Amino acid sequence: MIEVLYFAWVRERIGLPKEQVETTATSVMGLVDELRAREERYALAFSDLTALRVALDQDLSDFDASLDGVREVAFFPPMTGG
Amino acid sequence: MRVVVQEAPFDPGAELNNFGKGNTDIGAVVSFTGVTRDVSGGLSRMQIEHYPGMTERALTQICEEAQKRWVLADVLVIHRFGTLAPGDTIMMVATASRHRADAFAAADFLMDYLKSRAPFWKKEVTADGADWVAAKDSDEDALDRWS
Repeated sequence: MIEVLYFAWVRERIGLPKEQVETTATSVMGLVDELRAREERYALAFSDLTALRVALDQDLSDFDASLDGVREVAFFPPMTGG
Repeated sequence: MRVVVQEAPFDPGAELNNFGKGNTDIGAVVSFTGVTRDVSGGLSRMQIEHYPGMTERALTQICEEAQKRWVLADVLVIHRFGTLAPGDTIMMVATASRHRADAFAAADFLMDYLKSRAPFWKKEVTADGADWVAAKDSDEDALDRWS
């Protein structure tokens, strides 16, 4: 079981800030494919991965990364701090 | 080092006056204050979302990196989230060093990294609706000069 978090327009498009996901995926890409297959709102949110960033256990990572030992995955658009 | 992420307003002047106080080895203090700007006219408010936990972690890592690159006596980052009005202070950074070159460079570095590596997202609300602020390519390019 992995905790998946969504921020900014990703959160709005999917319609929730976080959820527990039962997954057999071994990589972030595998998890994205599982989520995309769920419903249209997920497919839309994940339609262009170049517009998204991913963090694993609160560290920036990438879509090829392994999910081995990961407890928390977050998806969000490029950050706009400052 | 002090990293603060808060919803409440803060007084940048008071923060600056207290920063590095009592440390007689400091010869230079540089600070930057970010203010909510009405970019296109008609901004009613700015909403700032963040990722609690990762935000503090990312800001601390950025400060630690600055401390590795320059000789700094102290570093301060304060960043707000929630709803802000035009003209409100969003954030500040301050750096203290023996000499100004390190203090200036470190403050510049902190701002470049904070803009695109700390998990904050801005949404502009106008009479016409609300829009997420898009990241700029120039923000990402700005990181290249530190690599």
